[in-house]
Amino acid sequence: MTASTSVAEAQGPAAAKPDRFSDLRRRVRDAARTLFGTPLNALITLACIYMVWRAVLVACDWLFLRAVFVGGPQDCEVAQGACWPFVTAKLRFILFGTYPYDEQWRMALSLVIFFAVVCASMLPHLWRRWLAAVWLVTILVLSLLMWGGVFGLRYVPPLQWSGLPLSVMLSFTGLVLGFPVGVLLALARTGPLPAIRSFAILFIEIIRGLPLVTILVMAAIILPLFMYSGESAGRLLRVQVAIILFAGAYIAETVRGGLQAVPREQYEAAQCLGLRYWQMMGLVVIPQALKIAIPALVIIVIGFFQDTALVTVVGLLDVLSTVRAAIQDPNWDGVVTIDGYLLAGVIYFVISFGLGTYGRFIERRTRVAGF
Amino acid sequence: MRTFGVSWLSEPGIRAFFYQLIALAALALFGAYLFATVSTKLAQQNIQTGFGFLSHEAGFVISQSFIDYKPTDTYADAIAAGIVNTLVVSGVGISLASLLGMIVGIARLSTNVLLASLARVYVEVIRCVPLLLYLFFIYGLILASLPAANNAWEIAPHVFLSNRGIAIPKLHWTFGDSWIAFSIATGILFVVAIGYILRKRRTGGDAYRCLTPVLLALLATIAIAILILHPAAAIDLPMRSRFRITGGVQLTPEFTALVFGLALSTSAGIAEIIRSGMLAVGKGQSEAAQSLGLRRSQTLRLVIIPQAIRVIVPPLTSSYLTLFKNSSLAIAIGYPDFVMVSNMALTQNGQAVEIVVIMVLVYLGVSTAISLLMNWYNRKVVLSR
Repeated sequence: MTASTSVAEAQGPAAAKPDRFSDLRRRVRDAARTLFGTPLNALITLACIYMVWRAVLVACDWLFLRAVFVGGPQDCEVAQGACWPFVTAKLRFILFGTYPYDEQWRMALSLVIFFAVVCASMLPHLWRRWLAAVWLVTILVLSLLMWGGVFGLRYVPPLQWSGLPLSVMLSFTGLVLGFPVGVLLALARTGPLPAIRSFAILFIEIIRGLPLVTILVMAAIILPLFMYSGESAGRLLRVQVAIILFAGAYIAETVRGGLQAVPREQYEAAQCLGLRYWQMMGLVVIPQALKIAIPALVIIVIGFFQDTALVTVVGLLDVLSTVRAAIQDPNWDGVVTIDGYLLAGVIYFVISFGLGTYGRFIERRTRVAGF
Repeated sequence: MRTFGVSWLSEPGIRAFFYQLIALAALALFGAYLFATVSTKLAQQNIQTGFGFLSHEAGFVISQSFIDYKPTDTYADAIAAGIVNTLVVSGVGISLASLLGMIVGIARLSTNVLLASLARVYVEVIRCVPLLLYLFFIYGLILASLPAANNAWEIAPHVFLSNRGIAIPKLHWTFGDSWIAFSIATGILFVVAIGYILRKRRTGGDAYRCLTPVLLALLATIAIAILILHPAAAIDLPMRSRFRITGGVQLTPEFTALVFGLALSTSAGIAEIIRSGMLAVGKGQSEAAQSLGLRRSQTLRLVIIPQAIRVIVPPLTSSYLTLFKNSSLAIAIGYPDFVMVSNMALTQNGQAVEIVVIMVLVYLGVSTAISLLMNWYNRKVVLSR
């Protein structure tokens, strides 16, 4: 393979115009060789084709041919396929949960604004100072929409926030506020002060050693047992704080990796220039460290979006819980298990896959920009 | 260092000392506040403190336990049963995830474009969906879509799959069997030791030829041991009866769902780790090996894998640790793992502080043990190059 491509490259400049047709033919020939070159390969290829074909058949059959498009639970119970009426009937509940029905447009609007601003901030050429101002305004507008209580909007207590907006909020706030926590912890762990360093090590290692479930259970269920007399009013807040601290510990380790990868000369040069500790870190070291840490940070972001599904365990209605509630609705009970979880899977897949694709793009970009 | 006219407060050492003092004082204050609140609250609710409760009767049922446990046993027994449940589910999950991950990782490296891209789709899809969703999905699927026990699927000889979980053959164990197992284990250790010594002497390929008679002798010894000691070990096969499956080990749907969910979600990560480890070995290495006349399998075994292992082990450790920690999602589908048992104990006697301490100690203990073990292995692999 390598030999043939290098030969082709060597001949490239000689042939004045690369012939598109012959290029295509060469590619087809290469593909045919890798697919059917040896008996084993041919066998594998045929097996794969058969598997894909079967999967496509089964999927089409289930999604369309045998599916129910109009009707109710009774029709779905008889049919052997997907139950589309369930999706149309329950999609709104799955997305917005127990948020007051008449006010759900506020949630929808919040989601649209949020995703629009996120998508805009993903474009590198919009990374300017005014983006921070845009974010401040956005957060203000979003909290206004979610809480209400002013401008004639009805007040909606946080306990009724649920569905996709809750999942997005928990992970986004957790990451955004966990980030400074993580950077500070990383600095403390690599810093020169032994007492603070050991505190940071203790904190990070305990949090990272425990599963998120136990931390959530502690924050949501155990803490109120011996801290407050009031119940569950602050449960969302406690869970959010737990997620922030959890994210902080993981981000700290990633950032520490970046800090250690910054060459020692950078630190020394900054010190020679007479910069103080915070100037050295803020102006020279941290920007480079974060750039190095970007790929690992993207993995953390995707992981955290998925990890917020765990709040189901402590009784918050995130998008996975609303799906479960919809599935277990007495009208639909036992009919739509597969449909419901597939729908939840699609929601998670679309968001995670988008983030992952963006992560690969940004990684390539920072690598090209050259460090 | 000290210059005149500058306050002693600005001297770096002293300032650092003060910063740390302030931080420690703040921490101590916070701790004291926490202690005061907790103790008044506990006193109000009349909850006793201390670890004495561990020897009291637990009184709750644990639906599946791999060690003997009954509700009249103590809290300590219940928590031990929970820990064993967690360890068993993580152990089985880790082996299954490694197997799946290895297959998918190798498929991703295949020269066959179709196979490689199928493996890639698998990895992407698995990675983009949270583990909890897999658990609910598999659990729901087992309960809703599998046949009832009386017409369970026999997926392998004497392995039954039904909506009551999986039934697998069980090994009855006696005292004599322990001796046979002991002799076999000693024999294997012996062979490993001989192999190690031979390799140390660098007798090269001959070393393995010397091993054959040793192995034969060992097999003969084991055969004699079995003949003399009359193994009473019997395999208890699950049987399909009219209403349910009798005999064998019955693994609950919760256990089955948890094992498969953990294995699926971790396998994608392991596949990527194995793939990147193999790719990390430079192309020059395999070309050099080929030009030395090594066959493809030899190249893989003698050149590529020993180098790839060094890259693979550290991230593999952390994904095993993640699987171990993720097994705590058991609580969502009701498999009585350590967290769930602790939670049951907590709701019963209210001794939150002690139970939180036990939770932290157990998780940190096992996490540290796994990472120490893998670090030891890693050091060994790195040194032996």
